[in-house]
Amino acid sequence: MGIISSGFHGKRRAGNPALPPGQYETESFPVLTAGPAPDVAAEDWEFFITTETGERHSWSWDAFMSLPQVDFRTDIHCVTSWSKLDTSWRGVSLDTLFEDVETTSDFAMAHSYGGYTTNIPLSDLLDGQSWVAWEFDGEPLERAHGGPARLLVPHLYFWKSAKWVNGLELMPDDVPGFWESNGYHLHGDPWREERYS
Amino acid sequence: MSSLWRVAEVVSGTPETETSRTIGLKVAGLNGSLPGQHIDIRLTADDGYTAVRSYSVASAGNHDVLEITVDELANGEVSPYLVRDLEVGDRLEIRGPVGGWFIWRPTDLNPVQLIAGGSGIVPLMAMIRAHKASDNPSQFRLLYSVKSPEAVFYREELANLHEESRRFTLDYVYTRNAPQGWPIEPRRLTAETLLAKILAVDAMPGIYICGQTVFVETVADWLVQAGYPAASIRTERFGGTGGTR
Repeated sequence: MGIISSGFHGKRRAGNPALPPGQYETESFPVLTAGPAPDVAAEDWEFFITTETGERHSWSWDAFMSLPQVDFRTDIHCVTSWSKLDTSWRGVSLDTLFEDVETTSDFAMAHSYGGYTTNIPLSDLLDGQSWVAWEFDGEPLERAHGGPARLLVPHLYFWKSAKWVNGLELMPDDVPGFWESNGYHLHGDPWREERYS
Repeated sequence: MSSLWRVAEVVSGTPETETSRTIGLKVAGLNGSLPGQHIDIRLTADDGYTAVRSYSVASAGNHDVLEITVDELANGEVSPYLVRDLEVGDRLEIRGPVGGWFIWRPTDLNPVQLIAGGSGIVPLMAMIRAHKASDNPSQFRLLYSVKSPEAVFYREELANLHEESRRFTLDYVYTRNAPQGWPIEPRRLTAETLLAKILAVDAMPGIYICGQTVFVETVADWLVQAGYPAASIRTERFGGTGGTR
């Protein structure tokens, strides 16, 4: 146990077993960004996956919307200590997007409009663990939250869920992305409190 | 390592406004912080319950004491304790300082425009203090949007700096109550006011914005629309999770 602050009682928003260590529950949906929010129209949006051989797969908004869409509910955990439980999303599973992709790479760099990047192991992206989401709580995803579409990798800290996502660059080695180069953990598992490097 | 919890001793507690105070924390082995960085504070109740929050560092310099300024959030879990109950001599745990993006380096010679909304002034103050302590000749300009004169942090220090330094300019925007005789009616910051009180696009300033979510998003959008390159704008949200989204 740490140093006790007598007189500090807290609000016990952290007792829920759904909360990873050091997290508290919030009902609001805070926004964290490093810079201005890019303004990307759906008709200009595309999602790409490039492999180590230079092969490029891409989907326009219409092509993306014609893929199988799934509704799912998940908890999200921000490194700044808030968690939002049982959030509701709609989007395309990464498994669907990877169906025709052949790769020997173990890692991906997510690229966003506006230049944001974040690195994620492929083993954290596939097998029903991540999505490209475009609807939150029954409404089109707001620009402030990454609209028209964001990556959603909810079992990792939320900075891995790249807003305004544009594509994935597959790569053989794990290379740090934006926050990972600025003091944050390379992997970001909230249950292991992988917050800072 | 920045990810380990360390013990900090409270060495000072100075009211900043009616709802906020600046707390000095002495941490053995600490070698200052980069202007704009934050620390995490962990409080533990007597039954082991813990709560962690992030606070921007307000001080600058390579000391083993750093300062944070905490504004009490209505309904907050940690901030009321830090503002009202914590006493000099108490100990608590900190992690950090951390952050490598929303920082200003004294080696950076570009002019700098700082834009604060309310308690978002705190990490910007660390930059202002580091700039003052350095011989960096660049221009610093601060636009401080605040609800009333009584809510201003670091009032005297900012006023003195504005008086004395040729490298620092200060502008206030009052959103609810203005001082007597203030030429402009208090109201929410507009794009027009913003653009009239900051360094011009041609000056190619590095821009730092800190405040509540809506403030930060709105100001950043106005700047982009006015032609400031998105890549020159760094943002940080501030003040708990009680945002409007």
